[in-house]
Amino acid sequence: MFDDLRELYQEVILDHSKHPRNFRHPEDANHEAHGYNPLCGDTVNVYLKMGHNGLIEDAAFEGKGCAISLASASMMTEIIKGKTETQAKTIFDGFQKLVKGEDDNFDAGEDTERLMVLAGVKQFPMRVKCATLAWHAMSSAMDGAEETSTE
Amino acid sequence: MNDMKTFDIEKVRADFPIFAREVHGRPLIYLDSGASAQKPTVVLDAVQKAYAETYANVHRGVHYLSQTSTELYEASRETIRAHMNAASIDEVIFTKNATESINLVAYSYGAANLKEGDEIILSTLEHHSNIVPWQLIAEKTGAVVKAVPIDEHGEFMLDAYLEMLGPRTKIVAVTHISNAIGTIVPVREVIDAAHDAGAVVLIDGSQAVPHMKIDMQALGADFYVFTGHKVFGPTGIGVLYGKAALLDKMPPFLGGGDMINRVTFEKTTFAKGHSKFEAGTPPIVQAIGLGTAIDYVNAIGFDKIAAHEQMLLAYATEQLSQINSLRIIGQAKHKAAIISFTLDDVHPHDIGTIVDRAGVAIRVGHHCAQPLMDHFDVAATARASFALYNNRADVDALVASIRDVQEIFG
Repeated sequence: MFDDLRELYQEVILDHSKHPRNFRHPEDANHEAHGYNPLCGDTVNVYLKMGHNGLIEDAAFEGKGCAISLASASMMTEIIKGKTETQAKTIFDGFQKLVKGEDDNFDAGEDTERLMVLAGVKQFPMRVKCATLAWHAMSSAMDGAEETSTE
Repeated sequence: MNDMKTFDIEKVRADFPIFAREVHGRPLIYLDSGASAQKPTVVLDAVQKAYAETYANVHRGVHYLSQTSTELYEASRETIRAHMNAASIDEVIFTKNATESINLVAYSYGAANLKEGDEIILSTLEHHSNIVPWQLIAEKTGAVVKAVPIDEHGEFMLDAYLEMLGPRTKIVAVTHISNAIGTIVPVREVIDAAHDAGAVVLIDGSQAVPHMKIDMQALGADFYVFTGHKVFGPTGIGVLYGKAALLDKMPPFLGGGDMINRVTFEKTTFAKGHSKFEAGTPPIVQAIGLGTAIDYVNAIGFDKIAAHEQMLLAYATEQLSQINSLRIIGQAKHKAAIISFTLDDVHPHDIGTIVDRAGVAIRVGHHCAQPLMDHFDVAATARASFALYNNRADVDALVASIRDVQEIFG
């Protein structure tokens, strides 16, 4: 078995994909967006509850996808909870660069280590869209757009 | 070769230079011919030669190379006519691919003959390329698109189809072989019944032409389309067969040079025969390459190709069935060597990535057949599709790589 496969499909990712966190539709969500990858048919709905103080009070998702997209969505909901919109988008920007292999000095503060487990994606350019689908949906949800697509 | 029904597989594999390469440090195991087939040296040489030695535009100049190029291009048309057993070369139109062939029929024949309330019958097995053009033309004309159902094995439901046929049925467009699950549709029965109902029939032969001999006289299809790159030819070349009596009455699809008789700003008259539908400089070299590819498969012989592929299908089905969590999607009685499968909760994209690291190329996704995926209630499948150059070792490598997937996903 190849090391890059082991790195891509490490325990944490398999755990998140098999038992995704925050896999639900919160009734009090006030922002949501649908993400769709027309190449593979994967879909994700991201739900956010934005508080009056500008913080993301709750983040959740539902959808169908591969291990990479489910794990990334699951980890994203954990990470952005309690962050501001700007903080969440900054992490997304850094995360995109990380999985595309454009940033060797990825720094997302306290979340760096958690997100680094997805760094293995950079060895698999065809899978970058899987890793970023939920993040695009999250960004669209905050912007008030209801649909987002990887294409 | 002591058995009349077999060919020397190692010799055939040696005809395809791509098998000399490795992928991720492993020998290439190419099981994605349903998406596009590899090219034998004879085709590559024909393409090279057509550019290096005989290249010029066709049907234009009086100079030597233009004449040579035209002769080769038209010789390829005759090769394909003979291969399909079409009545005349005017029934063989070169297009860009099968998609363009279908669009040509939809926009030319469909737009001229469909009225509000008319019905276009497709099947649940169709590739998007045999759905979307009909939806677009239905929107323009007010016609209605209907789909013949399939059963739980992925079998085309002939009885349901016969019930759907009626006086409103104007066009029946179905695939010969399902690209996603391999079902062979009983097209002869489909065509005969459609004709009894007064409808014309288009058959999408993209997946059939690499695997079986096709015969327009025996089949009786009004239109038959296929793409060149799946039958070991170049990309950018497709074929539309149409009955001359229908083609003659159809308006042009694309306008331009080479498809005219006389142009004035007041009125243009159009060329006759295949030329009416071949506007602009055609894919000259690609057509020459396709003719060479057709000669290549015929030299091996379709009886032998079919026997070899059916052996592979049986072996792969048996081997894959021994994997506990594996479910084969589509188990029609008559199948081409195409196997779609799912693996418990492992998403096909994860399967595809992992087997790729073992050098195994398969297709994962919805195979441009989302209504079919919906029928089986899956978003996507993994698909291994075989061609004449595959062998039992390829099947073994696929099975071993699926064990890797299981190992990773526990």
